[in-house]
Amino acid sequence: MASTEEILAGLAEILNEVADVAPEDVSVEKSFTDDLDVDSLSMVEVAMAAEEKFGVKIPDEELPKLKTVGDAVSYIESNHS
Amino acid sequence: MTTLSTAPRPAGSRVAGFGHYQPPTVVTNADIIARGVETNDEWIQSRVGIAERRFAMDETMLDMAEAASSKALANSGIAATDIDLVILATCTSEQQVPGGAATLASRLGIAAPGAYDLNAACAGFVYGLTSASNAIIAGQARNVLVVGSEKLTDYVDLFDRSTGIIFADGAGAAVVTVSDSARIGPVVWGSDGDNADAIVTDPVSVTLRQEGQTVFRWATSTMGDVSARACAAAGIEPSDLAGFVPHQANLRIIDLVAKKLGAANAVVARDIVTSGNTSSASIPLALSKMLERGEIGSGTPVLLVGFGAGLTYAAQVILAP
Repeated sequence: MASTEEILAGLAEILNEVADVAPEDVSVEKSFTDDLDVDSLSMVEVAMAAEEKFGVKIPDEELPKLKTVGDAVSYIESNHS
Repeated sequence: MTTLSTAPRPAGSRVAGFGHYQPPTVVTNADIIARGVETNDEWIQSRVGIAERRFAMDETMLDMAEAASSKALANSGIAATDIDLVILATCTSEQQVPGGAATLASRLGIAAPGAYDLNAACAGFVYGLTSASNAIIAGQARNVLVVGSEKLTDYVDLFDRSTGIIFADGAGAAVVTVSDSARIGPVVWGSDGDNADAIVTDPVSVTLRQEGQTVFRWATSTMGDVSARACAAAGIEPSDLAGFVPHQANLRIIDLVAKKLGAANAVVARDIVTSGNTSSASIPLALSKMLERGEIGSGTPVLLVGFGAGLTYAAQVILAP
């Protein structure tokens, strides 16, 4: 099972790949939309990449609830297999 | 036991010519914003990749179908009087009854062909092309006119930010005929009715609604594989493709699917930038323009991939006319 740090690092990698976000900008309190400029379609790409990386399902209806990087880390922690 | 005779069957089918029509009225992102839609140019270009689109002001869906068909007939060198089947792919007919195909044929001077409309939304043109090719290979038709024509602006709330900036009007057509070798590959097609709600016309307002994220996820996660399977079915590698013409739904979907397919030598259709999303018209419209500009050589393989409401999809390799 991945640690919180590993999930955060994994998300930073995905955000860099999908939306060109600098890994040093990624921290739990950052908002995807307001701080990292990740739009709704990029969020789908992030979710699909995270599903593959962490073996977790992130349905589209969950996406609006994942406002910050921390929300996504918690969701992955509590749902991954 | 009684057996029935079958029609003589040719060795294959081919596209003899494409044609297209776009209304002259250009609507830029600035024009959309000036109407009072809450959006901006940067938002539209980054989400969907559209800079401008065409709106039909005076033309009907059938007018556009007729104009595109006339050009396809002229480019094919096949006379209208020799067409024996007309397939009209559209999801924006003005009338439920009658279908438009017979009227279209009559307007073009095609006498008494088989004629029917086909609604597979944005996948409609490829479904039509497959149906045309299959009719020819089965010996049931010799020269088929296939048209994708849409007046989506009749079915769009122009103030809805998720659809009003995307959908537009236009038409594209192809003439398909008998061939002494297979120049239209096997289709890879399917559907996903579990996601029927993702793109619908609202029963009350009769305007289109779509769940952008659902469609984006479905298209980007499945169309790369569908594209690769269509290449394999035709016996070619993605690197052999001279052209890749996916449905012009969203530039980000187009780029992601092209990247997954890895068609390194193909010109990728990006007609959405200046034409918007014209549903069943988008593939023949984009390809007809690419051929006109000389971007794709005659006889080279081109992959067409339609996908949209239903959800439905269809992919097929053809050799360019």
